[in-house]
Amino acid sequence: MINSGGARAHKFAESPILELGLPAWRSRFMALLILACFVVLIARSFYLQVLNNDFLQEKGESRYRRDLEISASRGRISDRNGDVLAVSTPMRSIWYQPGGFDLQPTPEQMQRLAGLLEMDDRELRRRLASDKFIYLKRQLPPETGERIAALKLPGIGQDREYRRYYPTGEMTAHLVGFTNIDDKGQEGVELAFQSQLLGHSGNRSVIKDQKGQIVEDVGSIRLPRDGRDIRLALDSKIQYIAYSQLKQAVEDFKARAGGVVVLDTRTGEVLALANWPTYNPNNRERLTGTQLRNRALTDTYEPGSVMKPFTAALALEAGKVRFDTLIDCSPGRLTIGGKTISDTRRYGPLTVAQVIQKSSNVGTAKIAALLEPEQMWNMFDAIGLGQAPGLGFPGEVAGRLRPWKSWRPIEQATMSYGHGLSLSLIQLARAYTVFARDGDIIPLTLTRSDELPLGSKQVFSPQTVREVRAMLEMATWEGGTAPRARVPGYRAGGKTGTAYKVEGGQYVRKYVASFVGLAPLSDPRVIVAVMIDEPTTGAHYGGDVAGPVFARVMGGVLRTLGVAPDAPVVQADAGGDAEQERL
Amino acid sequence: MMRLNVFLLVLILCCALGAVTSQHKARKLFQEMEAEQEHARRLEVEFGQLQLELSTWATSPRIERIAREKLEMRLPEPARIVTVLPAGSGDDQ
Repeated sequence: MINSGGARAHKFAESPILELGLPAWRSRFMALLILACFVVLIARSFYLQVLNNDFLQEKGESRYRRDLEISASRGRISDRNGDVLAVSTPMRSIWYQPGGFDLQPTPEQMQRLAGLLEMDDRELRRRLASDKFIYLKRQLPPETGERIAALKLPGIGQDREYRRYYPTGEMTAHLVGFTNIDDKGQEGVELAFQSQLLGHSGNRSVIKDQKGQIVEDVGSIRLPRDGRDIRLALDSKIQYIAYSQLKQAVEDFKARAGGVVVLDTRTGEVLALANWPTYNPNNRERLTGTQLRNRALTDTYEPGSVMKPFTAALALEAGKVRFDTLIDCSPGRLTIGGKTISDTRRYGPLTVAQVIQKSSNVGTAKIAALLEPEQMWNMFDAIGLGQAPGLGFPGEVAGRLRPWKSWRPIEQATMSYGHGLSLSLIQLARAYTVFARDGDIIPLTLTRSDELPLGSKQVFSPQTVREVRAMLEMATWEGGTAPRARVPGYRAGGKTGTAYKVEGGQYVRKYVASFVGLAPLSDPRVIVAVMIDEPTTGAHYGGDVAGPVFARVMGGVLRTLGVAPDAPVVQADAGGDAEQERL
Repeated sequence: MMRLNVFLLVLILCCALGAVTSQHKARKLFQEMEAEQEHARRLEVEFGQLQLELSTWATSPRIERIAREKLEMRLPEPARIVTVLPAGSGDDQ
């Protein structure tokens, strides 16, 4: 096919390649190859744009879009006058996240960091050698946090968190309770009202520029919701009076523990609740279970004679006795079913009022013998024995009241003077609201309430209550069990209790001295219940141990509340027995 | 026709520049608002801290100590207390 004779130049149309006569499949193959490339391209773009779009969009956004958390703080707890009992302030916690960088901090930086963290240089190095996320230090003041951030160390970051402070400290520790490091309630009101106190943090998405400044909001903002503030019924002045008097008494009598409860008789508000021993909620290292116990609410004990007025009231109510019915209490002993009840002294015939005034076990047992077990049980049930007081407080107990069908006669007799049943101090204080009011019992509340309580339940008639109040007042007169419980300037009444403790099912020679009383008797406003556990030096009788505490707390409370004195001021007892009154 | 096109072009440029400036202004204002909100947050934190400080200084034990030791105050004896009742309460004390 070679044109041998012509010129060497070729015409376009007669390319030598064409003349090669290549097979047609080669061009088709090329066309297919190119088509295949296009298909791959389209498939790839389909993969990126359609199948992986969300993922890639997100990746892209993450370069400039940031989700920020808007923190919300935990609600404050304040007393009835708005004084703060617990408040959160922001703190910083410094963490270290290893990996992903090879910038080594200079020794100088390390030293600065150690100084700011108040940590030993070597200790810090040891921690930084960790291969996991660790907190270097939690709860640092925000200023320190800012200074650490200014060091711009790689891998070291910080979280914003809150620390709870309790300005009133150990005084209100048991009632207010505390939170843990993650701001969650662990005890007391902090735990009981956790859901209300808790703040819900919000969040927002923003676009940030390369300087880290927020340029604009994108998407929706969820607003943070701060925790609700809780206003307790507690009055911190009254709490202080109760706490300091209790502390004094426990120290004076070298007692093991003690508790004081102060109630407002009109609203059922808990004005003060103090326990000893206590603890400092701001510094909870070396905390023991004994210190943590809120005895007034979570411990039950056999109350003893403080229950006698209820027996007397029931007998009056049932018409079995009158105020001045004579009960023969000689010879100071009474044997029922092989067991003997005895009095501390041998009384002769006493009126019902005197039985209460002098706290005769025999007399009370004889009054109880006039009553049916079922009647007594109904009354005990009505005043809240065997039922938790319903404050919603963690660990509050119901106490023990056995069904009346299983009572033996001796048990009915001992229950009439407060043995064989158990309750907590706050239940006891609440039971006394029947005498402070017109015979009805009201629910208690830990939070401030400006309304009168709902759900009051009539237990005794107003007439019965008036008579019992007179008996309670007689107990603080000469000849009563608690002359030392008198409150200067006010008419006060109450009942002593000196109960043997039960250990391992046996009564032992250890005592719980208590006193529950109300004042001013012309129109009772306040109930104060005092319990001193195992006084060891000198006296152990309720009137001697708990009575003076009652008098001082009650006097202070009435003055704080501005209640007008209802008793003519007797010429002040000149001499050494002048009351060491607190402000 | 040509004139109308030029006019529209100028108009659209103006609008575009206007959009840019207003966006810029919006961001400036937004940042200002951010700063103010941050300020408000910080003030709230400070308020909490001051409240804490206030209640720490005003605890009853401290007040009592100062009243007793520094100011030498004490409770008067019952005989020296005169009760003044509101008029019409019918009490003769």
